[in-house]
Amino acid sequence: MRGALRDAFLSALVALGIFGPMVGLVSTSGDHGLSLQVRPIAVAVVVGLIFAGRLLILSWRGGGPRQRNLALAERVARAGKYITPILLLAAIALPFTGSRYYIDLGTLVLTYIMLGWGLNIVVGLAGLLDLGYVAFYAVGAYSYALLAMTFGLGFWTCLPLAGILAALWGVMLGFPVLRLRGDYLAIVTLAFGEIIRIVLTNWVSLTNGPNGISGVPRPTLFGLAFSMDGGPGTFGDFFNIEPAVIQRIIFLYYVILGLALLTNWVSLRLRRLPLGRAWEALREDEVACRSLGINVRNTKLTAFGIGAMFGGFAGAFFATRQGFISPESFTFMESATVLAIVVLGGLGSQLGVALAAIAMIGGLEALRDFLSFLGDQMNSPVFAGIASELPLYRVLIFGIALVVMMVLRPRGLISGRTPSVALTKLKEIAPDLVAESRS
Amino acid sequence: MLAVADLTMRFGGLRAVDSLSFEARKGDITAVIGPNGAGKTTVFNCITGFYRPTTGTIVLTHPNGGTYALQRMQGHRIAAAAKVARTFQNIRLFAGMTVLENLLVAQHNTLMAATGFGVLAVLGLGRYRTAEAAGMEKARHWLDAIGLTARADDPAGALPYGAQRRLEIARAMCIDPVLLCLDEPAAGLNPRESEELNQLLLRIRDEGCSLLLIEHDMGVVMRISDHIVVLDHGKKISDGTPAEIRADPGVIAAYLGEGEEDEVPA
Repeated sequence: MRGALRDAFLSALVALGIFGPMVGLVSTSGDHGLSLQVRPIAVAVVVGLIFAGRLLILSWRGGGPRQRNLALAERVARAGKYITPILLLAAIALPFTGSRYYIDLGTLVLTYIMLGWGLNIVVGLAGLLDLGYVAFYAVGAYSYALLAMTFGLGFWTCLPLAGILAALWGVMLGFPVLRLRGDYLAIVTLAFGEIIRIVLTNWVSLTNGPNGISGVPRPTLFGLAFSMDGGPGTFGDFFNIEPAVIQRIIFLYYVILGLALLTNWVSLRLRRLPLGRAWEALREDEVACRSLGINVRNTKLTAFGIGAMFGGFAGAFFATRQGFISPESFTFMESATVLAIVVLGGLGSQLGVALAAIAMIGGLEALRDFLSFLGDQMNSPVFAGIASELPLYRVLIFGIALVVMMVLRPRGLISGRTPSVALTKLKEIAPDLVAESRS
Repeated sequence: MLAVADLTMRFGGLRAVDSLSFEARKGDITAVIGPNGAGKTTVFNCITGFYRPTTGTIVLTHPNGGTYALQRMQGHRIAAAAKVARTFQNIRLFAGMTVLENLLVAQHNTLMAATGFGVLAVLGLGRYRTAEAAGMEKARHWLDAIGLTARADDPAGALPYGAQRRLEIARAMCIDPVLLCLDEPAAGLNPRESEELNQLLLRIRDEGCSLLLIEHDMGVVMRISDHIVVLDHGKKISDGTPAEIRADPGVIAAYLGEGEEDEVPA
């Protein structure tokens, strides 16, 4: 116990050194230029939190061995059987809340779920670390916007085209990086993501450069447009209801829900087919795959291509939902977020990715609400200057949560592997046997 | 069956294999033996397409008469088209996949051909179902042969060492090879497992697949091989039946390091 206290005290001391100047001192612009404001309470809170947190971690670690065994993996998998239908029902029922805020948030979360599932094919199943996934998202978005605006094609015609074009780029990226593994592959894919963004920024005659493309057409429901004038041939006119923005929002929500479920269904089907099994075998051992007559090159290319295709679908949806796209929407930050979702969820796990996307995108939003609520409650003058800034700490808190998560479950939320086929009974495979993407 | 002629493999200045010629006959178990560093695994890697030989030819003749120049083929085609399967010195199973999945991955090309470029099978159409049932049947056959039926749904990485060795052989057999190359299959096995392995290899031979094996365990080599090739420093120093090899003074010298003066050209 004394050792733990000592350790926690030292941690607090380090925190004081780091956060003292960072949190404790704020420069404010007063009447006579900049002045320094000291915030001892804020520092005390942060240092106190770290002291308590460190103590908690140490005492928790002392209590029994870590549970990362097969039983846990199987329990999670069994729980997954109940979580999946509940999540699905909740997703279908969400628009009935009628709240535009929730539907918009749901659409955003579903977009990331879909991107996560698409990337999961490349990173989770085939084990190819791709840091430039946003490139395919961008290709999909620009394909849709340019095709729709140049040739006047509708969303449903352009959607498959956007997917095919993104898949084509996936294969084109795949060719040069076939021989690369791990870190080297990650670097090249990262560069590819940046190249696409920079080309989009600089090819002004085609993409309108940094100004982006506005007025991207909205999708229609079997030819019925969602326009506000309620003229003939619109959704409102056909069903004889008052046109409202919420109708389009709800429609878009169901479109992305459908696209996400399609991604999930295809991934799940492919996993049970020879192709999916070959992907996983590739992740486990490439040399053995070759010795068994599997064409490693083509198998990798299909993984890149199919993963990219779903990225392209999501991109086309993004373009039609926003109505405006610019290269700024396709920065490395997006790739990193999607990859974080996949890693946090557990490589290769569909449910894990969905949960991680909900936690990362929805959770961050919920945290903002919670923190501003908390800030409103802190009326005491002691907290002056902190209360209003509290929501700004959400990213920090979230980062800490991610670190804690990776310490507790380094292989992600759902880390076991469910076999694709069984002779008698499906048994969950412990995560420590399953290979990760080589990085 | 397999004719290796004038095979040379050079790594920089080192001749790992030096104009080696030998033949493996159909229906035989041919063993390649030699001290450590003699170039046995290099020969294997040349035959199975992991290395491209510097010079020389490796010609495989199928029982139906088709011939394949292995030294010119792409790595995966040697297994897929020429039907040469191999195992590895350090076991290379798909550890995170089940025993059954390992056997199904080995049938990738057969199963993949039945999926209609994947599209039909994703939609649940086409003849994939029948193909998969046949694949399961073959997997079951080999599971019985290696005695792992009860553990079919366990991850391959959780099997004991001897079982992993047998599984790797069964997985290689699932590509329906005409020639199976085994790189030290008995390494690390106890006498009982070693005996089981002998029975398995003899059974594979009797079912019509020729075998080529590298082995240090002389008990295994002498008992089951029909033909032995001895390598030392990349060169063939002897070639014959187990009885002939046992009596060859050159082989004894290479293994025991005796009779140095014999090696000096007179």
